[in-house]
Amino acid sequence: MRIPILKLHNYLLISIQTELDDHTAIQFQEDLLGEIHKTEATGVVIDLTSVDVIDSFIAKVLGDVVSMSDLMGAKVVLTGIQPAVAMTLIELGIHLQNVPTALDLEQGLLKLHQELGE
Amino acid sequence: MMNSQSCVTILKEWDIVAARQMGREIAKNIGFGTVDQARITTAISELARNIYLYAGEGKISFNIVQSLDTKGISIKAEDKGPGIKDLSQVMEDGFSTSGGLGAGLPGVRRLMDDFDIISEVNKGTTIVTVKWLR
Repeated sequence: MRIPILKLHNYLLISIQTELDDHTAIQFQEDLLGEIHKTEATGVVIDLTSVDVIDSFIAKVLGDVVSMSDLMGAKVVLTGIQPAVAMTLIELGIHLQNVPTALDLEQGLLKLHQELGE
Repeated sequence: MMNSQSCVTILKEWDIVAARQMGREIAKNIGFGTVDQARITTAISELARNIYLYAGEGKISFNIVQSLDTKGISIKAEDKGPGIKDLSQVMEDGFSTSGGLGAGLPGVRRLMDDFDIISEVNKGTTIVTVKWLR
Protein backbone atom coordinates (compact mmCIF):
# COMPACT_ATOMS: atom_id res chain seq x y z
CA MET A 1 0.00 0.00 0.00
CA ARG A 2 1.36 3.43 -0.94
CA ILE A 3 0.26 6.82 0.26
CA PRO A 4 -0.45 9.24 -2.61
CA ILE A 5 1.60 12.45 -2.71
CA LEU A 6 0.04 15.40 -4.57
CA LYS A 7 1.95 18.35 -5.97
CA LEU A 8 0.52 21.87 -5.75
CA HIS A 9 2.84 24.61 -7.06
CA ASN A 10 5.92 24.41 -4.81
CA TYR A 11 4.22 22.26 -2.24
CA LEU A 12 3.52 18.60 -1.72
CA LEU A 13 0.26 17.59 -0.07
CA ILE A 14 -0.36 14.29 1.64
CA SER A 15 -3.51 13.16 3.37
CA ILE A 16 -3.02 9.91 5.23
CA GLN A 17 -6.28 7.99 4.93
CA THR A 18 -5.21 4.45 5.71
CA GLU A 19 -4.35 2.60 8.87
CA LEU A 20 -0.57 2.98 8.98
CA ASP A 21 1.42 -0.20 9.39
CA ASP A 22 5.18 -0.07 9.82
CA HIS A 23 5.99 -0.94 6.24
CA THR A 24 3.61 1.63 4.76
CA ALA A 25 5.08 4.28 7.06
CA ILE A 26 8.68 3.52 6.00
CA GLN A 27 7.68 3.35 2.34
CA PHE A 28 6.02 6.74 2.71
CA GLN A 29 9.17 8.20 4.23
CA GLU A 30 11.17 7.07 1.20
CA ASP A 31 8.53 8.15 -1.30
CA LEU A 32 8.21 11.63 0.19
CA LEU A 33 11.95 12.30 0.21
CA GLY A 34 12.17 11.05 -3.38
CA GLU A 35 9.31 13.29 -4.41
CA ILE A 36 10.86 16.35 -2.69
CA HIS A 37 14.03 15.67 -4.64
CA LYS A 38 12.22 15.18 -7.95
CA THR A 39 9.84 18.16 -7.71
CA GLU A 40 12.12 20.54 -5.79
CA ALA A 41 9.22 21.24 -3.47
CA THR A 42 9.94 23.77 -0.72
CA GLY A 43 7.02 22.91 1.54
CA VAL A 44 5.09 19.80 2.55
CA VAL A 45 1.82 19.39 4.42
CA ILE A 46 1.05 15.99 5.92
CA ASP A 47 -2.59 15.91 7.00
CA LEU A 48 -3.41 13.44 9.77
CA THR A 49 -7.13 14.21 10.17
CA SER A 50 -8.13 10.62 9.35
CA VAL A 51 -5.47 8.98 11.49
CA ASP A 52 -6.86 7.65 14.75
CA VAL A 53 -3.76 5.91 16.13
CA ILE A 54 -0.19 7.15 16.28
CA ASP A 55 2.03 4.83 18.31
CA SER A 56 5.69 5.38 19.18
CA PHE A 57 6.93 3.86 15.94
CA ILE A 58 4.70 5.91 13.63
CA ALA A 59 5.52 9.02 15.70
CA LYS A 60 9.22 8.32 15.20
CA VAL A 61 8.78 7.87 11.44
CA LEU A 62 6.83 11.16 11.20
CA GLY A 63 9.35 13.04 13.36
CA ASP A 64 12.20 11.62 11.29
CA VAL A 65 10.61 12.55 7.97
CA VAL A 66 10.30 16.15 9.20
CA SER A 67 14.03 16.24 10.09
CA MET A 68 15.06 14.48 6.88
CA SER A 69 13.03 16.86 4.71
CA ASP A 70 14.50 19.76 6.66
CA LEU A 71 18.00 18.52 5.78
CA MET A 72 17.02 18.52 2.13
CA GLY A 73 15.66 22.06 2.40
CA ALA A 74 11.92 21.41 2.50
CA LYS A 75 9.70 22.48 5.38
CA VAL A 76 7.10 19.98 6.63
CA VAL A 77 3.98 20.83 8.61
CA LEU A 78 1.82 18.15 10.24
CA THR A 79 -1.86 19.08 10.35
CA GLY A 80 -5.14 17.83 11.77
CA ILE A 81 -3.85 15.74 14.67
CA GLN A 82 -7.02 14.54 16.46
CA PRO A 83 -7.60 15.39 20.15
CA ALA A 84 -7.51 11.72 21.15
CA VAL A 85 -4.23 11.21 19.29
CA ALA A 86 -2.64 14.30 20.89
CA MET A 87 -3.66 13.13 24.38
CA THR A 88 -2.43 9.59 23.78
CA LEU A 89 0.94 10.72 22.41
CA ILE A 90 1.69 12.97 25.38
CA GLU A 91 0.60 10.29 27.88
CA LEU A 92 2.77 7.80 26.06
CA GLY A 93 5.67 10.22 26.61
CA ILE A 94 6.13 11.34 23.02
CA HIS A 95 6.35 15.08 22.62
CA LEU A 96 7.39 15.52 18.98
CA GLN A 97 9.23 18.71 19.81
CA ASN A 98 10.50 20.79 16.91
CA VAL A 99 7.82 19.36 14.64
CA PRO A 100 5.79 22.18 13.06
CA THR A 101 2.03 21.60 13.32
CA ALA A 102 -1.18 23.38 12.40
CA LEU A 103 -4.87 22.81 13.09
CA ASP A 104 -5.88 21.91 9.55
CA LEU A 105 -4.72 21.84 5.95
CA GLU A 106 -5.64 25.50 5.42
CA GLN A 107 -3.66 26.67 8.47
CA GLY A 108 -0.82 24.39 7.43
CA LEU A 109 -0.55 26.00 4.01
CA LEU A 110 -0.74 29.44 5.63
CA LYS A 111 2.12 28.49 7.96
CA LEU A 112 4.25 27.38 5.01
CA HIS A 113 3.49 30.63 3.16
CA GLN A 114 4.59 32.66 6.18
CA GLU A 115 7.70 30.67 6.97
CA LEU A 116 8.88 30.38 3.40
CA GLY A 117 7.95 33.97 2.57
CA GLU A 118 6.32 33.04 -0.70
CA MET B 1 -14.98 -12.98 35.76
CA MET B 2 -14.48 -13.45 32.06
CA ASN B 3 -17.10 -13.89 29.45
CA SER B 4 -15.47 -13.32 26.11
CA GLN B 5 -12.11 -13.97 24.57
CA SER B 6 -10.42 -13.25 21.27
CA CYS B 7 -6.80 -13.34 20.26
CA VAL B 8 -4.30 -12.45 17.54
CA THR B 9 -1.05 -14.29 16.92
CA ILE B 10 1.85 -11.90 16.37
CA LEU B 11 4.26 -13.20 13.75
CA LYS B 12 4.59 -10.48 11.14
CA GLU B 13 4.37 -6.72 11.00
CA TRP B 14 0.79 -6.67 9.75
CA ASP B 15 -0.35 -8.65 12.83
CA ILE B 16 0.36 -5.50 14.89
CA VAL B 17 -2.34 -3.72 12.88
CA ALA B 18 -4.69 -6.72 13.14
CA ALA B 19 -4.27 -6.79 16.94
CA ARG B 20 -5.03 -3.12 17.38
CA GLN B 21 -8.02 -3.26 15.03
CA MET B 22 -9.49 -6.16 16.99
CA GLY B 23 -8.79 -4.36 20.28
CA ARG B 24 -10.39 -1.14 19.07
CA GLU B 25 -13.51 -3.01 17.97
CA ILE B 26 -13.83 -4.70 21.37
CA ALA B 27 -13.20 -1.41 23.20
CA LYS B 28 -15.83 0.32 21.08
CA ASN B 29 -18.38 -2.44 21.79
CA ILE B 30 -17.75 -2.22 25.53
CA GLY B 31 -18.61 1.48 25.30
CA PHE B 32 -15.25 3.27 25.56
CA GLY B 33 -15.16 6.80 24.12
CA THR B 34 -12.79 7.91 21.35
CA VAL B 35 -10.00 9.03 23.69
CA ASP B 36 -9.94 5.76 25.62
CA GLN B 37 -10.20 3.86 22.34
CA ALA B 38 -7.07 5.69 21.16
CA ARG B 39 -5.30 4.91 24.47
CA ILE B 40 -6.23 1.21 24.32
CA THR B 41 -5.36 0.86 20.63
CA THR B 42 -2.00 2.57 21.11
CA ALA B 43 -1.18 0.38 24.12
CA ILE B 44 -1.96 -2.74 22.06
CA SER B 45 0.24 -1.45 19.26
CA GLU B 46 3.19 -0.97 21.64
CA LEU B 47 2.74 -4.41 23.22
CA ALA B 48 2.38 -6.15 19.85
CA ARG B 49 5.46 -4.38 18.51
CA ASN B 50 7.49 -5.44 21.54
CA ILE B 51 6.57 -9.07 20.79
CA TYR B 52 7.41 -8.66 17.12
CA LEU B 53 10.76 -6.93 17.81
CA TYR B 54 12.05 -8.87 20.80
CA ALA B 55 10.40 -12.29 20.79
CA GLY B 56 9.56 -12.69 17.11
CA GLU B 57 6.41 -14.57 17.98
CA GLY B 58 3.67 -14.31 20.53
CA LYS B 59 0.04 -13.68 21.17
CA ILE B 60 -2.23 -10.81 22.16
CA SER B 61 -5.54 -11.83 23.71
CA PHE B 62 -8.48 -9.77 24.82
CA ASN B 63 -10.97 -10.37 27.59
CA ILE B 64 -13.95 -8.38 28.69
CA VAL B 65 -13.63 -8.16 32.45
CA GLN B 66 -16.27 -7.31 34.98
CA SER B 67 -15.93 -5.77 38.42
CA LEU B 68 -18.73 -4.98 40.89
CA ASP B 69 -19.65 -1.67 39.35
CA THR B 70 -18.05 -1.50 35.92
CA LYS B 71 -16.46 -3.46 33.14
CA GLY B 72 -13.28 -3.16 31.19
CA ILE B 73 -10.97 -4.59 28.58
CA SER B 74 -8.09 -6.79 29.63
CA ILE B 75 -5.20 -7.21 27.21
CA LYS B 76 -2.74 -10.03 27.64
CA ALA B 77 0.53 -9.99 25.67
CA GLU B 78 2.53 -13.20 25.95
CA ASP B 79 5.64 -14.51 24.28
CA LYS B 80 8.28 -17.17 24.80
CA GLY B 81 11.07 -14.78 23.86
CA PRO B 82 14.31 -13.88 25.63
CA GLY B 83 12.56 -12.35 28.63
CA ILE B 84 13.58 -9.21 30.49
CA LYS B 85 16.59 -9.26 32.79
CA ASP B 86 15.92 -6.11 34.73
CA LEU B 87 12.21 -5.30 35.01
CA SER B 88 12.69 -2.09 36.97
CA GLN B 89 14.99 -0.81 34.23
CA VAL B 90 12.49 -1.35 31.38
CA MET B 91 9.80 0.32 33.45
CA GLU B 92 11.90 3.50 33.59
CA ASP B 93 10.99 6.27 31.20
CA GLY B 94 13.48 6.67 28.39
CA PHE B 95 14.89 3.16 28.55
CA SER B 96 14.92 1.39 25.21
CA THR B 97 17.10 -1.24 23.65
CA SER B 98 15.64 -0.90 20.15
CA GLY B 99 16.68 2.67 19.40
CA GLY B 100 13.04 3.68 19.32
CA LEU B 101 11.61 6.61 21.19
CA GLY B 102 11.77 4.74 24.46
CA ALA B 103 8.05 5.17 25.10
CA GLY B 104 7.64 1.44 25.59
CA LEU B 105 6.21 -0.09 28.73
CA PRO B 106 6.06 2.98 31.03
CA GLY B 107 3.97 4.65 28.31
CA VAL B 108 1.65 1.65 28.11
CA ARG B 109 1.24 1.70 31.89
CA ARG B 110 0.25 5.38 31.77
CA LEU B 111 -2.32 4.78 29.02
CA MET B 112 -3.99 1.90 30.88
CA ASP B 113 -5.30 1.48 34.46
CA ASP B 114 -3.88 -1.84 35.72
CA PHE B 115 -0.54 -3.21 34.58
CA ASP B 116 1.15 -6.47 35.55
CA ILE B 117 4.28 -7.98 34.08
CA ILE B 118 5.92 -11.33 34.64
CA SER B 119 9.14 -12.12 32.84
CA GLU B 120 11.74 -14.83 33.07
CA VAL B 121 15.02 -14.80 31.16
CA ASN B 122 14.97 -17.33 28.29
CA LYS B 123 11.38 -18.27 29.11
CA GLY B 124 9.35 -15.29 28.02
CA THR B 125 7.24 -12.39 29.10
CA THR B 126 3.58 -12.01 29.96
CA ILE B 127 1.96 -8.63 30.41
CA VAL B 128 -1.65 -8.17 31.49
CA THR B 129 -3.10 -4.69 31.39
CA VAL B 130 -6.65 -3.48 31.97
CA LYS B 131 -8.59 -0.33 31.12
CA TRP B 132 -11.80 0.19 33.09
CA LEU B 133 -14.88 1.93 31.80
CA ARG B 134 -15.62 4.98 33.93
